[in-house]
This record gives sequence, C-alpha cells and structure tokens, in this order.
Amino acid sequence: MKRYDLIIVGAGPSGLSAAIEAAKRGLKVVVFDENEKPGGQLFKQIHKFFGSKEHKAKIRGFKIGEDLLKEADSVGVEVVLNATVCGMYQDREVTVRIGDGIHHYKGDAIIIATGAAENMVTFPGWTLPGVIGAGAAQTMMNLHGVKPGSKILMLGSGNVGLVVSFQLLQCGCEVVALVDAAPRVGGYGVHAAKVARTGVPFYLSHTIVEAEGEDHVTGVTIAEVDSSFKFIPGTEKHFDVDTICLAVGLSPMSQLLKMAGCKMEDNPKRGGQVPICDEYGRTSIPGVFVAGDVSGIEEASSAMIEGRMAGIAAAEYLGFIEKEELDTNLEELDSALDGLRQGMFAPKNRGKIPEKTDEGIDISMSLLKKGYVGDDEIERFPGVTRKAGIHPVIECTQNIPCNPCQDSCPKKCIKIGPNITALPAINEDNKCIGCGMCVASCSGQAIFLVDETYEEGYASITLPYEFLPLPVAGQKGIALGRDGKKVCEAEVISVKSAPAFDKTHLLTMKVPSEYVMKARFFKAEV
Amino acid sequence: MHSVNDRSRDIGEFVPQPDDDMLICRCEEITKGEIRKAVHDGMWTLTEIRRYLRTGMGLCQGQTCSKLVKGIVARELGVSPAELEPATSRAPMRPTEMRILANEVED
Amino acid sequence: MAMRIEEHPILGVQEKGRLVKFTFDGKEYEGHEGEPIAAALKASGVMIHRYTKKEHRPRGIFCAIGRCTDCVMIVNGKPNVRTCVTPLEEGMEVKTQYGVSDKPFDQQ
Repeated sequence: MKRYDLIIVGAGPSGLSAAIEAAKRGLKVVVFDENEKPGGQLFKQIHKFFGSKEHKAKIRGFKIGEDLLKEADSVGVEVVLNATVCGMYQDREVTVRIGDGIHHYKGDAIIIATGAAENMVTFPGWTLPGVIGAGAAQTMMNLHGVKPGSKILMLGSGNVGLVVSFQLLQCGCEVVALVDAAPRVGGYGVHAAKVARTGVPFYLSHTIVEAEGEDHVTGVTIAEVDSSFKFIPGTEKHFDVDTICLAVGLSPMSQLLKMAGCKMEDNPKRGGQVPICDEYGRTSIPGVFVAGDVSGIEEASSAMIEGRMAGIAAAEYLGFIEKEELDTNLEELDSALDGLRQGMFAPKNRGKIPEKTDEGIDISMSLLKKGYVGDDEIERFPGVTRKAGIHPVIECTQNIPCNPCQDSCPKKCIKIGPNITALPAINEDNKCIGCGMCVASCSGQAIFLVDETYEEGYASITLPYEFLPLPVAGQKGIALGRDGKKVCEAEVISVKSAPAFDKTHLLTMKVPSEYVMKARFFKAEV
Repeated sequence: MHSVNDRSRDIGEFVPQPDDDMLICRCEEITKGEIRKAVHDGMWTLTEIRRYLRTGMGLCQGQTCSKLVKGIVARELGVSPAELEPATSRAPMRPTEMRILANEVED
Repeated sequence: MAMRIEEHPILGVQEKGRLVKFTFDGKEYEGHEGEPIAAALKASGVMIHRYTKKEHRPRGIFCAIGRCTDCVMIVNGKPNVRTCVTPLEEGMEVKTQYGVSDKPFDQQ
C-alpha cells in the first residue's frame, strides 16, 4: 500500500488550492480525480469571476484553473486523473480505481474536495432525451465544443441557470425562456440583466408542466404557480424547443465522508448532507478535512479559499508547520473569505428577501421579478449619473462582493471603498477619459459608457459585447432595452478589442439622444 | 420516541395521486406511486425503501434520485426530509465491473 | 455539422483530435478522436442512446459527466458503457442499447 502525507480527493478549485498550500509546506501530496481532465468545474466557467484581486476577480474561470494547475505542478503536487476514489475506510485509507484495478492508498491526512452534484426536478417527460442538467450543457459546449441544443428552455434562475443561459447564447443557441418556480430571480441581478437584455423572457412563479415529444424533446409547456407551487389553470404557455436545461440547485457529494464515519448533518443552508466541520474544514475524524462545495454549496471563489485553509490546517495537523504559522496564515484567509461572504447573497442571508441595499436604496423589484432593472428604477442607484460628455453608467444595484471596476479606472472615477459589497458610486470630481477599462473589467457586464452629447441629437453608448460575429463600424441594427425589447434604430460607431479587455469587446453605438438611458444592447439586423 | 421512527404512528391510508406514475428512479424505473405505497407498506427508512423497491440500487447508485426519494418518503411520513437518515454510503461510489473491483493491485 | 461550435467568442477555436470514423448501429459516422462518444453523437444529431429495460423508454445525455449513467450504450460489444466519459477511438462500434442488449426488444 502506498503512503502519502496528504491525499486529496477531487482536483477542482478547492482540492487544487489545498494541494498547493500543503505541498508548499513540505507535504508529499497526491490528488485523485475521477475525470479525464483536472480543474473540476473551473474549465466550464468562461465568465469573469467576482470578488476582489485576492479572489482572482475579473479573471475567467478556466484561466484560474490553468493557473492553479501550473502552480500545483511547480510545487510538486502529484495529480492522478481517471482515478476514481471508490471507498474511504477507517485509518484514512482509500481505494482508488485506476485503469482496470483497485489500488489502496493511505494518507496521514485526507482532504475530501469532491464538490457537488446537481439536483433534479421531475415533470412528465423529464426522462426524455433532450432534458439535460445545466452542468451537462456547460460540459458539452465549453469542454467539447458541441451545442447542447438549438432552442432551449432553462429552468432555474440561480447563478448557474443565469450563467449557463448566457453561455448558451454565446455559443449560438437560442434561449426561448428562463423559468423559475420561485417568485424572484435567485442569482445575481447583474447575471440576470445581461441575459434579459438580449431578449430572453423571464417567467418567475412558473414551472414546467410537461416536456413534450415521443422519442426526444420537441416542446415544453410551462404554467404559472401560486404561492403553494400549484399550477394556476389557464396560464399555460407552450414553446417549441429541442432541449430543456435544469438548473435547480446543487447538493454536496459527501458520500465518502459518511462512509468513513464522519459525523454528518442535514443542513439545508449548506445544500443537504454535509460533514460537521469547523471553519477550517476539520471533520469529526482527526486528520480528515473537507473543502469546497462538499461542505456547503458556495461559489468557486470561496471554495479556493476553503481549500487553502484545509491545506494549511492539514500541514499543521501533521506537524509541518507550527501553530503560530497556522494562525497567521488562517487569519489572512479568514478575512478574504469573510469579504466574499458579505452582501445580499451571503450564505447567512439565504432565504431572506432584502428590500433595501446596504446604502438604504430600495431594491429593484423589476430585477427580481423580470430579470432587469426598470427604466423608472435605474436612476436611483449611485453608479447611475447624468452629465455632459462621456462618463460611466454603472448598473450595479445589489450588494455583491465585487470591486474590479474601482481598480480598473485610471482616473479613479469609480468608488466602492473597503467594503467590497458596497454599490459602486461615481466620483464626480474626476474626469472620465472614456478608456472603457471599467466596461471590460465588470464581471457582471453592468457598466456602460455614455456620451449624451456625442453629436447633435445623438448619444453614444459603449457596452460590453461577448458574442460572435462581432459587429463592425457602420453596421446598422436595433438597440434593445434592459428588457430585451426594441428601443430604437442604432448604428455601430466602433468595436474595440484589446488584450486588457480579455475578450470582452467594447461596442459603441449611436442612438437618438432621448434613448441614452434606455438602450443597452445592440442587435444586428438580419 | 422521535416521530420518524415511531412505527405505531398512524400515517393514514395510501391515497392515489394524479402524478403517481411519475418516474423517480431513472435507472430502476420506479415511480412515485410505488415509493409512496412502499411507505404505507411499512418501509419508513430510505434503506428499507432501497431494499424493497431497488430505488437508487441501479447503475447510477442513487446519484439522481436519492434526494427525490427522500423528499417523497418524508412527505408521506409528514416529516421534514432533513429528519430522515440517508441510505448507507458504501463502496464502490461509481459503477464498477466486478472483474475490476476484484482486481486488487499491489503498488 | 451544425451542432459543432466553430468559433467561440471566449474560447476561440477549440483544439480537437483528428477526425476518425466510427459506426453507430452499423452506419458510418465521423467524430474527433478523444472526444466523448456522446459528444460525437450529439454533433451528428443523435439523441437516443438507449431504451430502458422495463418501460422501453428512450434515454440520452442527461448529466454528461459520468454520474447519471443514462447515456450508456453498447461499445465494441460491451454494454453499459458511459458514452459521456468514454473517449472516441477510430473504428469503434457503437450501438443503441435495448435493456442491456444490442437487439431491439422484439428480437430478444
């Protein structure tokens, strides 16, 4: 039987982060992952991450994955792929299927970072080919380069449902509707808004009545539900689709821990069956640690910090570092994690419905119910100001942990402050030079540059654009509003691309002046 | 005694519901009605349901249905899903052919 | 092949293995070596991977990461192969799985 100082199960964001920290402190570390490629779900995440610099904000998920792998390699972490950990036994022994055989390994410490599995919902026809998990859609399009379908209905308005809907649009699929049984959008408002403005209708308080089709999905019927989630007769709506995507939450994949005899609990706030553990991932079994979604569903950003904590805690458990070093290291990570766990979407606030932002501004109800901020609501937020000349309009209306816009402005026009969940505000004293760095840096694609006095009777609007084909200067089309409906005719003035924008192109269009606070997306005429 | 395990408790008769033919366990093709009926037949724990109906005993080992089954059983018993003990976790965690499972490799 | 993403706005042109031939229910298909069998089938518009044992209902890709086992097919004579995590090889024989057989139910 082979022995390691530390065995890690799962080479996703938390597992790799744990491995790096432990290996840096001298531990002999092996990471087993059942997949052909490492990185967990990171390589399917093509959007820019939220947070601040220390959380790798504004870097796309797959790039973070590449960086983690490089770092793991450079500190001597052994990553074994196509290696399925089938069982975990007393005394920290695991059995691993590699190839056609079962291998036994013993770790002086073990970190379980197996992540989560998708939840599913049932409805007539849910077993038909064409009904797929949102994760399956991401895997097909972002890893294998194959569209999951042509016309797709998304069920679930949490961050997964919203992000995957946008990704589907990016790879050229049509998203006919975004549906959720809940009365309010579950994910970040900015994720919802970037989907809504392309014209995808949101149906909140709706769910699937039936998936139609004999051999595979050919259509779907949804209907409105009342407050006890019962269908309201007469509210049925039909869509012709070939694919139905389910994004209805995740559950921790904690079976190995239960098998090994860790004390478990069913904690709905953490997403289901989770090991009882302290804040650094120590479970009830000495030497067995957890990190990432397996101990409670959160974002990849927090999983990476949890992983680092567990890796350092394991190093201390095995005597590779002293208690003082542990405490200093954890203190820094504590504050990084704390920064992410603030705001309206923090785990502690799950299930609560905020009415006001931390700044005391009424939340946009339209954003929660329809996926976009209403024209009558937008001007009450501090990032939205009006003045002559070019200036940023920041349609960031919820307290989420994110601040790259503040750092991106070379003229310091954008102010968030030390609390990264604060709404960005405009610093009126500083003059915008129209560089567009803020537009490209906003992970939520919520920043626009507007010039209300671009030319006589016309305003210019610069928006983030991540679709193909890229429009060209002079191209005519229509400007869509936040609600995805036609506002007016528009003409492309320029499309700027730069390495610093990292594939977020800056599309500037010209619209009649009166639509400057309404037009938010460009659609080419076909 | 906690109500989940109190088998003298009356949970009422099995009452058919319109969605009883909904497939829950995709692998073993077990319906919601079958699961609900099993509860009234006296199968009150998820382990018993597994043995009685084979839900979660197919190729995927309950990856998709375990949470759904738990919800149905809990509702039938009138308790919250969190109160039900999940079914036993055991190796292998993924479908593995017997010839591989039996092939112990010495490193 | 309209289901293939030729160029992605963020990922660009994805690197793929060489094009190889394989068969699906005896008919010749093409896919990229090393991609999951399920991806090659999806790109060619194949949705049905198998029919279930009890109810004879069609199934296809569901989780695409090897967990749900809904996409299993008969590959090179072996049933229950998870096509979403099994890399495509040249000359593979992929067949629709009926229960656990490659023969339709009325011929079993």
